Amino acid sequence: MALGTIGGDGRTTARVEQEIFSRGRDLKGSSFKTLMFSALGVSILVLVVLIVDVLVDGWPVLTTRLGGFISGTLRSQSTDELLGISQGLAGSLWIAIFVILLSFPIGIASAIYLEEYATQGRLTSAIDIAIRNLAGVPSVVYGLLGLFLFVTTNNGESTLFAGGITLAILVLPIVVITSAEAIRAVPSSLKQGAYGVGATKWDVIRTQVLPFAAPGIFTGTLLSLSRAIGEAAPLILVGAITDRLAPRDRSIFSPEQLDDRFTAMPIVIVGWVQEAARDVGFAAAAGAAIVVLLVVVIAMNSVAVMLRSYFEKKRG
Amino acid sequence: MVRLLPSKERLSKGSRVSAEELAADVAVDAVASEQTAPTDAIIDDDMPESDLVFNVSDLSVYYGDFRAVRDVNMAIRPKEITALIGPSGCGKSTVLRSFNRMNDLIPTARVEGTLLYRGVDLYDERVDPVEVRRRIGMVFQKPNPFPKSIYDNVAYGPRVAGQKKGLDDVVESSLKKAALWDEVKDRLNESAIGMSGGQQQRLSIARAIAGDPEVLLMDEPCSALDPIATARIEELMAELKDEYTILIVTHNMQQAARVSDRTAFYSVEVDEKSDRRTGILVEYTNTEKLFSNPDDERTENYITGRFG
Ligand SMILES: Nc1ncnc2c1ncn2[C@@H]1O[C@H](COP(=O)(O)OP(=O)(O)OP(=O)(O)O)[C@@H](O)[C@H]1O
Ligand SMILES: [Mg+2]
Repeated sequence: MALGTIGGDGRTTARVEQEIFSRGRDLKGSSFKTLMFSALGVSILVLVVLIVDVLVDGWPVLTTRLGGFISGTLRSQSTDELLGISQGLAGSLWIAIFVILLSFPIGIASAIYLEEYATQGRLTSAIDIAIRNLAGVPSVVYGLLGLFLFVTTNNGESTLFAGGITLAILVLPIVVITSAEAIRAVPSSLKQGAYGVGATKWDVIRTQVLPFAAPGIFTGTLLSLSRAIGEAAPLILVGAITDRLAPRDRSIFSPEQLDDRFTAMPIVIVGWVQEAARDVGFAAAAGAAIVVLLVVVIAMNSVAVMLRSYFEKKRG
Repeated sequence: MVRLLPSKERLSKGSRVSAEELAADVAVDAVASEQTAPTDAIIDDDMPESDLVFNVSDLSVYYGDFRAVRDVNMAIRPKEITALIGPSGCGKSTVLRSFNRMNDLIPTARVEGTLLYRGVDLYDERVDPVEVRRRIGMVFQKPNPFPKSIYDNVAYGPRVAGQKKGLDDVVESSLKKAALWDEVKDRLNESAIGMSGGQQQRLSIARAIAGDPEVLLMDEPCSALDPIATARIEELMAELKDEYTILIVTHNMQQAARVSDRTAFYSVEVDEKSDRRTGILVEYTNTEKLFSNPDDERTENYITGRFG
């Protein structure tokens, strides 16, 4: 056999080399990759510009009087020593409580029912489509709903209760959809295995479905919480206060608060941005408020990511 | 000959719906089936009906309107290994799943005919499928360890059955019976996901026997395993036979010949006009006889590889 031939069929090493060696760069592939990377770059750039912009705006407030800003209240002058966001933070906190207490349990329970108990058929797919559409309905429409259901019926008085429940309804479809998707992704081999050794339906849901779906459910629900906290439009419709809210003596955590007029972080920001036309000092306050809101939302999303990886690790 | 009535008719006729529990029912069923069981299902005449683990008469399984298998008659004797063989799509898994009501989980699936477990009609409306599956466990084709620790996998069945004490002993003895104890005894709290395929399948067996069932149903338990892991499972089955009645679906005829006492050969019957394919039980007899001297030509063709 001649040196450098393989199997005696005349395929020399040189020829095989020629055949199997890489033929330079895969042009289409690499240009596509560049395109994807630029797309990602653009979104990151937009985010960075946004953050830098609000940081620059809010810098004076954030660096000189952050504590007072957080504990302060809505004021008519931007130079007021007591100007701050405590009422907005409190309102947003209350909204989060509404979402956690109403949307999470109702949404997750609905998802479990739809995926595990309801007989799959025309009715369930109709419900599925309806919920998906609800999730796509513009948020002002939910604001209108809240206005009619909870404000008009209350002699036109806007209350924190109306705002909280409106946003809880707004994110409910998102919670249902994300939870249902997480539940649907549970491998049927796990369920079959559990049934095969004598588990009841509830055992299967408790010990297989929920633990496996937990990371997805947590991510979805916490993202919906961020959404609720960032919404302004529906709150404006149900009558959140954009300019001034008389400070009260009672604690912002007192439940009597629920019957009262209210504001929330996005509303405070909208209000101050508008006021900046009159009193330019409010631009700094608005920037600082945006930074605080961003920090809260990012913190919440980090918790979501952490919980997710915790549960993912736990399920092996 | 008086045929066994399907359970619903029997129930509506009987006035004992609310009464004496299944025990009374068992006795009546046993008597009833003695007169009526199709003779071709019984292999040896020396076993009284009431000692049979399963007695299947005229079982048909439907998925919606589609009849997947029809008119199955089989008697399964205790502490034997029964193999179900036949070409793909002939309904082996379908029949196997009807033995512990796993078919209930498929919304379109429906069962006709009678399937007696120790004389009790498994499809009687008073029967709780969960209790059935605690007595008749199942091992699947693909190993499906739960994403939990090895210990929690094995303890799963007893736990859902409400057992809280003595789990350590159950886990140890089940893993020993499944020939897995020595390999995992030092890492019971590690996740089962990291085990090899063969270990995972033995874990599935340990999980199935931890609930102390009487019967094990295995649907192609070795098809995802290499020959060595397969040999271990086959060995294991021979040991488990002392305690359990085993039904195994396999595509591997050597395996059926090696491990089983009796073999059921299923095939597909194609209706020329409608092109409907229905599974049928062609021949059910002692494994030795089925592989050396089958009665049916179709069996012969299949085992000699002329049909497939
Ligand atoms: N869930 C289901 N819904 C509808 N039809 C089904 C379902 N499961 C099985 N079938 C049909 O029933 C028939 C028998 O299927 P089955 O899975 O019992 O065959 P099998 O003998 O186990 O085949 P294999 O050897 O390939 O596993 C097939 O025609 C199959 O398409
Ligand atoms: Mg099968």
